[in-house]
Amino acid sequence: MKPAPFKYARPGSVDEALALLQAGGDEAKVLAGGQSFVPLLNLRMASVESIVDLNRLDDLAYIRRDNDTLCIGAMTRHRQIEVSDEVQAAQPLLCRAAAEVGHLAIRNRGTIGGSLVHADPAAEWPLVAAALDAQLVLRSQDNSRTVAAREFFLAPLMTAIEPAEILCEVRFPVAPAGAVWGFQELCRRPGDFAIVAIACQLTLDDSGTCSTASLAVGGAHSTPLHVADVEPIVVGSQGDAAVLTAAAEKAAAAVDPSGDVHGSADYRRRMVKVLAQRALKEAWSA
Amino acid sequence: MAATQFTEYQTIRVRVNGHEYEREVPVRRLLADFIRHDLGLTATHLGCEHGVCGACTIIMDDESVRSCLLFAVQADGAELQTLEGLADGDKMHPLQQSFWDNHALQCGFCTSGFLMSAVDLLNKNPRPSEEEIRHGLSGNLCRCTGYANIVKAVQAVAEQSQS
Ligand SMILES: Cc1cc2nc3c(=O)[nH]c(=O)nc-3n(C[C@H](O)[C@H](O)[C@H](O)COP(=O)(O)OP(=O)(O)OC[C@H]3O[C@@H](n4cnc5c(N)ncnc54)[C@H](O)[C@@H]3O)c2cc1C
Ligand code: FES
Ligand code: FES
Repeated sequence: MKPAPFKYARPGSVDEALALLQAGGDEAKVLAGGQSFVPLLNLRMASVESIVDLNRLDDLAYIRRDNDTLCIGAMTRHRQIEVSDEVQAAQPLLCRAAAEVGHLAIRNRGTIGGSLVHADPAAEWPLVAAALDAQLVLRSQDNSRTVAAREFFLAPLMTAIEPAEILCEVRFPVAPAGAVWGFQELCRRPGDFAIVAIACQLTLDDSGTCSTASLAVGGAHSTPLHVADVEPIVVGSQGDAAVLTAAAEKAAAAVDPSGDVHGSADYRRRMVKVLAQRALKEAWSA
Repeated sequence: MAATQFTEYQTIRVRVNGHEYEREVPVRRLLADFIRHDLGLTATHLGCEHGVCGACTIIMDDESVRSCLLFAVQADGAELQTLEGLADGDKMHPLQQSFWDNHALQCGFCTSGFLMSAVDLLNKNPRPSEEEIRHGLSGNLCRCTGYANIVKAVQAVAEQSQS
């Protein structure tokens, strides 16, 4: 099918984009990579009065390290992150996650900002943003604010963004010394959305004892879910099997999955436990 | 520079397979429809029109993209390559020849999308393993071949380029 008629503008600067978005009111939306938005338009599951195309805003496409923070512009494509040496050096979990986002042609176009605002609970960027406690910089014409990823996602495809706001930048903490990570995703084919996915980051000292831990679950809850209860269990431990099992059980108890054609709610909960164990083990054996 | 305005029609210029085109389009015209209907280049196929089948894959500014998920206006100023631009006159592109030699197509509906995806895959990774080929082509659906011969065809080209 074809999208219903709309009006289109391609601004040359973020300020201009914000002004157009404001002028368009509730019926205007921004277009990023179009890899989630355009399917909805083509299927007529969504329609808009006006579209503000961000694709020529080079000032929103960048990867920049600022001391202990890795700043990624919202219009940076999945593929650019996947192959970035700078990201690999600063926060390798991001490259690992990027490689799992859709297929090559999808990654060539789709953007990190678009994925975060689209807020599919099974998507990789929301998951790692929750796991790593990313901060999202949102701008409107007369305001700028920073929202923690862990507070940004409200429900499937629902976030805290306001209609006149543009997500401009995503800030990830650079992996500290001793950081290790695990990433586990269950899906039918490479490139598919996760049935369940787990991302975790730990810091270990020289003896392999854990001092900080953060684990998040994707695909098994209405939003990506950071499971805070995991940290007290694994901190101070050396990752023996009993600890991993206890931590994974916490994760499985924290989620409230719903079932669909790819897996029942029960199956997803069980997979959370299995994959959480594997992800923690992967981190420890890194 | 005048402030950017919302419009319903725009005049765009694109280079497709080395030819320059200038056309006025409604802004909601999908790039795939522009290529097929406005330019008459029908090698680019449309299967699903929502990004899942890969039949509409083309190369835009050196990277594979879904032409059903782009509006023609977004290609203004871009360099596009469709399947029509792959062969060198009567001489098939190595990937085309290899698809032929390896029986990598049956009905052929998916073939142009596979070929364009394979072009990008080999550009980015000239010596892919079988697994990398399968990953690289995972976004393209074929209802006939069972994929084995498609993977073989791409592998054969990758091996040729090594020798
Ligand atoms: C076949 C297929 C397979 C896929 N598989 C996966 C997968 O496995 N994992 C995965 O995570 N994703 C997958 N995707 C989705 C893909 O990652 C999209 O790129 C992503 O979800 C949306 O990013 P986009 O840049 O394309 O945004 P768009 O589609 O352009 O926009 C999505 C939404 O976000 C809004 N938006 C976009 N950018 C901003 C911004 N900067 N500020 C404010 N609002 C904004 C738009 O208005 C729109 O509502 C797949 C897509 C397809 C077609
Ligand atoms: S027609 Fe574009 S992906 Fe199916
Ligand atoms: S050859 Fe028929 S769909 Fe692939």
